[in-house]
Amino acid sequence: MVENRPWLTFAAHAVLVLGLLVVAFPVYMTFVASTHDQATMLSGPAPLLPGRYFAENYSTVLFSGLGASSSAPPVALMMFNSLIMALAIALGKIAISIIAAYAVVYFKFPFRMTFFWMIFITLMLPVEVRILPTYEVVANLGLLNSYAGLTIPLIASATATFLFRQFFLSVPDELTEAARIDGAGPLRFFRDVLLPLSRTSIAALFVIQFIYGWNQYLWPLLVTTNEDYYTVVMGISRMVNVVDAAAKWNLVMAVTLLAMIPPVVVVVFMQRQFVKGLVETEK
Amino acid sequence: MIKRVIFRTRLLPYLLVAPQIAITLVFFIWPAAQAVKQSVFIEGPFGGNAQFVWLENFTALFTDPNYLHSVRVTVVFSTAVTFFGLAISLVLAVMADRVIRGASLYKAFLVWPYAVAPAVAGVLWGFMFNPSVGIFSYLLNRFGYEWNYVLNGGQALFLVIAAATWNQISYNFLFFLAGLQSIPKSLIEAAAIDGAGPGRRFWTIILPLLSPTAFFLLVVNVVHAFFQTFGIIHAVTQGGPAKATEILVFKVYNDGFRGLDLGGSAAQSVVLMAIVIGLTVIQFRYIERRVHY
Repeated sequence: MVENRPWLTFAAHAVLVLGLLVVAFPVYMTFVASTHDQATMLSGPAPLLPGRYFAENYSTVLFSGLGASSSAPPVALMMFNSLIMALAIALGKIAISIIAAYAVVYFKFPFRMTFFWMIFITLMLPVEVRILPTYEVVANLGLLNSYAGLTIPLIASATATFLFRQFFLSVPDELTEAARIDGAGPLRFFRDVLLPLSRTSIAALFVIQFIYGWNQYLWPLLVTTNEDYYTVVMGISRMVNVVDAAAKWNLVMAVTLLAMIPPVVVVVFMQRQFVKGLVETEK
Repeated sequence: MIKRVIFRTRLLPYLLVAPQIAITLVFFIWPAAQAVKQSVFIEGPFGGNAQFVWLENFTALFTDPNYLHSVRVTVVFSTAVTFFGLAISLVLAVMADRVIRGASLYKAFLVWPYAVAPAVAGVLWGFMFNPSVGIFSYLLNRFGYEWNYVLNGGQALFLVIAAATWNQISYNFLFFLAGLQSIPKSLIEAAAIDGAGPGRRFWTIILPLLSPTAFFLLVVNVVHAFFQTFGIIHAVTQGGPAKATEILVFKVYNDGFRGLDLGGSAAQSVVLMAIVIGLTVIQFRYIERRVHY
């Protein structure tokens, strides 16, 4: 700090605390709503203090779902599906991008730049702008209602490839020379030198891609009609849209809270990797 | 672009790029090409003979009042989300940069909304403003303001803007804070010695030095508001009431999957692709300059 202005420092703290409250308030309301019974929720505005039905509500949604009025399966199953999707997307993206970046940086072969630009183009084609034809492709391949259909179309990633390319370019050439003198082939060099060096980049990317995979909404909405493959984020909207008839807000809010816990936990506990990943994928 | 020291193996590099290229071809380039192709044909919803119609789908699109309405909604929505998202996070970042005690604690508590899915953010805000159980609708109605976003289009738009802004603040905050912390302290000190107060220092030194970050965030936020807010709209308002919150990505989905208007939806996809490509080009041109900055 440049000079001592106690009032300004106080004001800064006040603004930050206010910001924190505004940011946290919706989640607090959600938590409170998820600890009441249905009668309380029906009798006017949502309460401001937690109730006594925490355990009951959460075990209900986790293991038996919202009941007959909605078409959603138990939340435990949906969270399991989300976990599979998030892990498959995160790990799959990292795996295929790291080898593609390795090929582009360390080998000279015909059409190298063509491949590079083909990967680059995927940056410009988010799922949202080409949903109908992509859906047709997946349907024709018979991948609707399967984990493969949920994950594979989202696995190609230009940002991950760029990140690894950027990182490989910064790895000193002496390492490659030394490895070659010691008789290491390209695969061995990749496994024993590059992969260990990329550890922090991989961790950073994993955090970002896990969140990306977990939070997918439109894609699971399109490719899953079978409840066994619902993910939790898209499952919520199916509940909300019937909720006004059923008015089970307490249960819906419990599901909402459960849906945001895993990615939030990842961000909070892996904050260093998260910030690194965020900054680097935007380069 | 390539290493000085390279490996000379014929087949291996192709095997290494193969998975990435295969997925890109099947799930990105082929569908995009299909969208472009379908956008110049008119086809019945049950197949049948596709008819080549040149740019008719596009002229139909740009003379369709519903589409133009959706464009206007998107402009209002993304301008508001970008403006409020940037302004609020800038204020918070400047404050967090100023305090010494607790700065990392504030940061830890401000970053997590990034991890909340847009659809979930929508549900959180939709709940607080729900006409029958929402705490804010209760307060608003009590103070004599008729609040019912299910019926009132302006209120629905306000609600999705609030949810999207809330969702985006943490991202902007992190980048603004990083930008602020990279400004050399000596510049600020020099200005302070010359007698510039905190306000003056902010407008004449900090803000100009922060402008590359701000511009970068501007582009990212517009992209975000255009394409990644589908979940909010779908979970909260379904584009309604009376299309008041029907942004372009929602319309593509709605026309394609509900309306089964293939040509029209494909034309909309092509327009959206053009927008993304434009924004990406701006972003990259600018980032190249930022590296040298």
